[in-house]
Amino acid sequence: MQAAATRAASTVEERLYREFGEALFVDQPCADGVRTLWISRDNLTAVLTFLRPHFCMLYDLFAIDERTREHRAGQPAADFTVVYQLLSMRRNEDLRIKIGLAESDLNLPTSIAIWPNANWYEREAWDMFGITFEGHPNLYRILLPPTWEGHALRKDHPARATEMAPFEMGPERVAREQEALRFRPEEWGMQTATEDHEYMFLNLGPNHPSVHGVFRIALQLDGEVIVDSVPDIGYHHRGAEKMAERQTWHTYIPYTDRIDYLGGVMNNLAYIQSVEILAGIEVPERAKIIRIMLAELFRIASHLVFYGTFVQDVGQMSPVFYMFADRERLFGIIEAITGGRMHPAWFRIGGVSQDLPNGWQHMVREFIDGMPARLDHYDKMAMQNKILKDRTVGIGVYTEREALDWGITGPGLRATGNDWDVRKKRPYGGYDQFDFEVPTSNNGDCYERAELRIEEIRQSLKIIRQCVDNMPSGPYKSAHAATTPPPKERTMEDIETLIHHFLNVSWGPVIPAGEASVMIEATKGINSYHLISDGGTNSYRTRIRTPSFPHLQQIPLISRGLMIPDLIAIIASIDFVMADVDR
Amino acid sequence: MFDWGPILLALAILVGGVAGAAVLTWWERRLLGFWQDRHGPNRIGPWGIGQVAADMIKLLLKDDWVPPFADRMVFIFAPTAIVVAMMMGFAVVPFAPGMQIIDVNIGLLFFLGMTSLAVYSVLLGGLASNNKYALLGGLRSASQMVSYEVFMGLSLMGVVMMSGSFSLVDIVAAQRDVWFCFSQALGLLVFVVAGIAESHRLPFDLPEAEHELTAGFHTEYGGMKFAMFMLGEYLGLMLISCMIVTLFFGGWMGPAAIAHWLPPLVWFGIKVCFVINFFVLLRAAIPRPRYDQLMSLGWKVMLPITLVNLVVTGGILLWLEEAV
Repeated sequence: MQAAATRAASTVEERLYREFGEALFVDQPCADGVRTLWISRDNLTAVLTFLRPHFCMLYDLFAIDERTREHRAGQPAADFTVVYQLLSMRRNEDLRIKIGLAESDLNLPTSIAIWPNANWYEREAWDMFGITFEGHPNLYRILLPPTWEGHALRKDHPARATEMAPFEMGPERVAREQEALRFRPEEWGMQTATEDHEYMFLNLGPNHPSVHGVFRIALQLDGEVIVDSVPDIGYHHRGAEKMAERQTWHTYIPYTDRIDYLGGVMNNLAYIQSVEILAGIEVPERAKIIRIMLAELFRIASHLVFYGTFVQDVGQMSPVFYMFADRERLFGIIEAITGGRMHPAWFRIGGVSQDLPNGWQHMVREFIDGMPARLDHYDKMAMQNKILKDRTVGIGVYTEREALDWGITGPGLRATGNDWDVRKKRPYGGYDQFDFEVPTSNNGDCYERAELRIEEIRQSLKIIRQCVDNMPSGPYKSAHAATTPPPKERTMEDIETLIHHFLNVSWGPVIPAGEASVMIEATKGINSYHLISDGGTNSYRTRIRTPSFPHLQQIPLISRGLMIPDLIAIIASIDFVMADVDR
Repeated sequence: MFDWGPILLALAILVGGVAGAAVLTWWERRLLGFWQDRHGPNRIGPWGIGQVAADMIKLLLKDDWVPPFADRMVFIFAPTAIVVAMMMGFAVVPFAPGMQIIDVNIGLLFFLGMTSLAVYSVLLGGLASNNKYALLGGLRSASQMVSYEVFMGLSLMGVVMMSGSFSLVDIVAAQRDVWFCFSQALGLLVFVVAGIAESHRLPFDLPEAEHELTAGFHTEYGGMKFAMFMLGEYLGLMLISCMIVTLFFGGWMGPAAIAHWLPPLVWFGIKVCFVINFFVLLRAAIPRPRYDQLMSLGWKVMLPITLVNLVVTGGILLWLEEAV
């Protein structure tokens, strides 16, 4: 007992050791300080079940192909590893559970019964690594097409088309792919008819005006009432995690922009903070505040798109044009600062790409001064409209408990009364210096989810104003050796700095071996990049935990018994982009 | 001697109706653009009016395709039905004194009958397409139109009572002193709502409901057949506007004091334009209710209003008769 008390980092861990015996757990130090414990497969279900009351959310579940990894001293032998990352909001604590598997026996018991959102994560692990989960009801491919051969994130799976046989889409192939897309209700345990009538199965998407990209959902309908539904994702999958293993730490930044493509530099922030932790970089004050300002500008841009499309999806035609006009004003500012618009890829390891341009304050001030009045105007036009309220109040309701069970984060969670906002609870990158509120509400319906995002726009304006008023002076890049590209001032004056610049730009920086992930409050919920460095110029494994992925998984639960127009309102209120789901 | 007047007028309406609907597609988009802080079609010709011709050329040159899984005959017939029915409806509209194809003593009923026939177009189009979205659209339109037909007819009975005739000429004449939009305000309200529902335009475009049913009943239609549906919709919009003007806003009569400033036909045209612009504004401003909400609005709000209007109008008329 005495030993347990010294080793355990928390009371839950202490109880865990008491319950299962300390010898069962091997811990692995991680650069981000998150407690990481290895256990054996036999104990998985028991340990997770024990931990369930202490951790409200299965934050992430993913696998790692360990077969070519060199720096793993002290970790148990494994060809593949499955990681369960748990989050306790009450104690503000994380725990990672890792299970090592041998290549010859890639099999684990399913944990759907413990955390329901494990369902899609387990399917993803099967799809990408070929790990089977015993007891899983629908262990089908989720991101790749059902006809795909091999498991894409394994190290021996080719990453480029040129490494594979030429792709041909002959008539048989077309027929095969078409057939694979057919929705079969039996596969999902759905009845096709009751005693007196048949159900209609409607294929909504992947091409449909209101699914915000290429989202497909198969509906079981009784008249226009939704009996059940099966979301189908993967049409926007671009292998972002696989690409990360080929790109250098630096050249991967533009790819992150395109994960949540409405979030712009917000994605850079999630990625770069993890890299900086691995490298041990302390970012200068000015860079931090510039980053926050840009991230909040993008939060507003993203929420404006949400606002417009949400209102449009319940059939109001005009407001979306006003919101897009505002977004255009924002892009004007972003363009002046970064040179880019939707995807500036402007943050750098150790800072930002450039200093702010002359006169940036005026542009930003003009925008934040004008915006609140326009928001009031939109409120009258859209949110106060009776028909819009009738369409969205009391629709798509879920409770806090359900939200946590399904891994919902962001405004979707805060609409249920939970005030978890990473910027407040774990202030990252300088958020602790800002004065802003986290809006919450209690009904958890479509209307409130929209209302919260609109309030968040106002809070973001408040944060941006503080950035403008108090922008610190100083360097916009760290002097750390891994900063990429390194500050160039002295490169032409001494050979050491020139070589350093040359290597960091041509090869890319070498990041020390280790693992880290940092949660950020992205536009749509909690986003993080779990990065594993094997001590090289590129990432060994990049796991992108996006908020939209679990949000979609929950749709069937909240749309049962409602009508098609309600489903459209729910989809609109979730605020997802498919690139963020499929990666 | 044979009276060529009605024949010429019919031809004029045929040409004018189609041209008017075509211009409306452009006008509506420009107007929406104006209200939505954007330009709308402004590239071809002065003010973009050439867009009308460009759209027509595009639609005419499109492949005239019938899906292999559709019911071919019905699929082709459906879009014509709405155009024919709406065109027929214009036969009884009095554009100006003596300027009417035919003045029948049941003009109002004829109009109601023709708009009802237009339902078949949507219904059959949805059914014949053999597409689930189209089917849902057809289903919605069937119940929506059947319900709203009821109040549409009933809402006009107040007008009929007050003018004592179903003839549209008599109804216009009965508004010489006071337009019915004042005495029959409730009737007007219900008729406008039912009119939007009948011509299934936003906010009551549930059979189409782009965001839910992609394009509803005309999902499978393209080229000229699609254009026919659009033509029918805009003809319907014009017809409803003409009827609103005729029944509630004194038809071709200008306001008594300044009526002699302009010829009756121009007065009629101005009023119709006003009503059409009002419909466009509604489309720009209001979200779409859910299908069941539309139904309950109809049966729980519109029907009682109509009945109250009917009883009160009848009561007042009887009381006035007694008093005389």
